[in-house]
Amino acid sequence: MQETAWQVSLVLMLMIAFGVVFVAINSGKREEEYGPLVKRAYSFRTKLFWVVALVFFPAMIYNLTGLPYSPKAVASSGPAEVINVTGHMWYWEMDRDQVEPNQPVDIRVTSADVNHGFGIYDPDLRLIAQAQAMPGYTNVIHITFPREGTYRILCMEYCGVAHHNMMTEIKVSKS
Amino acid sequence: MATYTYTPVPDQGAKAGVLAYLVISCVVLLLMMLFGLLMRMEQAQMISIGALWFYKIMTLHGAGMVGIVALAGAAIMWHFLRQYVDLSTGIFMANLILFLTGVVMILASVLLGDFHAAWTFLFPLPTTSMGMWSPGAAALFMGGLLVIGVGFVLLHLDIARAIISRYGGLGRGLGWPQLFGPDDGNAPPPAVVASTMVTIVNLIGLVVGASILVMMLINVYVPTFEIDPLLAKGMIYFFGHVFINAVIYMAVIAVYEILPRYTQRPWKSNKVFLASWTASTIMVMFIFPHHLLMDYAYPKWFLIMGHIIGYLNTFPILIVTGYGAMMIVYRSGIRWDMCSRLLFVSLFGWAVGAMPAFIDGTITVNYVMHNTLWVPGHFHTYLLLGMVAMVFGFMYYLGKPNENAPDSPLDVAAFWGFVIGTLGFTMSFLYSGKISAARRYAEHLPEWVPYDKIASYFAMLLIASVLVFIFRFLTRLGLASRDYQRASLARSMAT
Repeated sequence: MQETAWQVSLVLMLMIAFGVVFVAINSGKREEEYGPLVKRAYSFRTKLFWVVALVFFPAMIYNLTGLPYSPKAVASSGPAEVINVTGHMWYWEMDRDQVEPNQPVDIRVTSADVNHGFGIYDPDLRLIAQAQAMPGYTNVIHITFPREGTYRILCMEYCGVAHHNMMTEIKVSKS
Repeated sequence: MATYTYTPVPDQGAKAGVLAYLVISCVVLLLMMLFGLLMRMEQAQMISIGALWFYKIMTLHGAGMVGIVALAGAAIMWHFLRQYVDLSTGIFMANLILFLTGVVMILASVLLGDFHAAWTFLFPLPTTSMGMWSPGAAALFMGGLLVIGVGFVLLHLDIARAIISRYGGLGRGLGWPQLFGPDDGNAPPPAVVASTMVTIVNLIGLVVGASILVMMLINVYVPTFEIDPLLAKGMIYFFGHVFINAVIYMAVIAVYEILPRYTQRPWKSNKVFLASWTASTIMVMFIFPHHLLMDYAYPKWFLIMGHIIGYLNTFPILIVTGYGAMMIVYRSGIRWDMCSRLLFVSLFGWAVGAMPAFIDGTITVNYVMHNTLWVPGHFHTYLLLGMVAMVFGFMYYLGKPNENAPDSPLDVAAFWGFVIGTLGFTMSFLYSGKISAARRYAEHLPEWVPYDKIASYFAMLLIASVLVFIFRFLTRLGLASRDYQRASLARSMAT
């Protein structure tokens, strides 16, 4: 997902850059009559609007599929295992730290004091899921760890002077 | 119907109050940039200031930057708006005094009281310090923000009063008669439309922000006065999002007002323009859930609304204001100087910064990129290369000795240093976000450090360039208050 976000951003930013450079290069020689130029520009803008709309609207709708707020259907059967997590200044309290690969897991995240963020990093140090740890509320991360390894947990919401040290691990291995 | 004949507008010098705003903006902006550089160098392991100082500086950097860009944006808005409506200089200066009072309170809270709960003051962190700061320090910080907010409320109330008395209502200030009825060509000019929008959203945002600040101030001393953390978070992000977005909508008035003088082409408040500003008025107030996408406790429809409006919000920026600037410059014979360069590049900065922003507002992306360095990556792009470029463009406009005065090679080099430095700095942020580097970390994991170093070098280039901009403005302060032709006329008109 991060790679896609990066590449799409770069493409869009480069397209804007090309447009701006094109205008800058073509800014020197003056076209005295602005009215006809405006008409041409408005006509082009209408086309541009529809191009952008036809790209953005389907993308917006498509990206509403697979939201993390509910469990995803997975091939494996059986109920999800549960990990209860409470964030404290500045450590994570978890009632278990080992699960099996390809096993659906519900991670129930809350906080005992201030806002924290429960961020799950895969063994390659890539963020794969997160939820805010909020006092008085429980947010549930529905996740299936795809492979064995040690997944690091980092705090994703600033919570004070040791925020960057608020780390722990979940071990994913076959029992 | 709109016509496309340009009517020359005389260039007016700035009032003393506007110059005071801008001088203070220069000083604070530079200081906050240096604070930002210190943070990046700490993460890059080039210096060692320790976690406590890192987070204190981070708190000052956030609060200082949000406050100072608001002040600079207000200076631009007030300078041009007063050419159309009757504004109170007393209120304008009262805002500055309240701002400086708030700044002193915030500085004291952080530097003397060790407060470091970040500028977002997320409840209940300010009142849950684990002994790191006192309740008094927390109250001083939040009180400082409140005082600054009161100043801006006064300013916007005065602007609302002036627009209502001149145009007959805020709806008329947004050009609704022309938007929803026949376009008689008499819609308010872009500066008035933008000021009306900013005034509406900021008054609502500031009242919400002040409300949660007062609630939290009571909670500091009366803990039994309980606050729902989820409600507090929503109110804080509503206020924060509206207020920081409003600064761009204030500063873009410089583009609307100055680029037409350079190109000798009008920037008209036609139906598309008016529709986009009305749409922005609504969207700026309803887009804030995109900060809360990882708070699953909110209703799902509320979070999806943030996702959808994030996409829609790009249209006014790209299709109306960004495109409008391109249209007015294309084949205009514009003469490029520091002012026109900075204003032109500011639209580029705003538009490119909006791209990674709306992508981050996509819920499935946010799930793996929220609170990584991707976030400061996008907002530094549109604030630095967008909003701050508008401010410096305005400063060069005010200080230009005459319409034909050439730029020195040092200024031109500083312009390119600013563009390259900002792009390098912000792309380093974005790339760090791509590799999942967490935001607001005093110490970075070894995998993230190389990009922190790259960012630090680009930040140094950026700050060196800004030093030139500021030096040039300060040396030309005497010119900035005078009325004379500054904008270079487009080529065929000038020759």
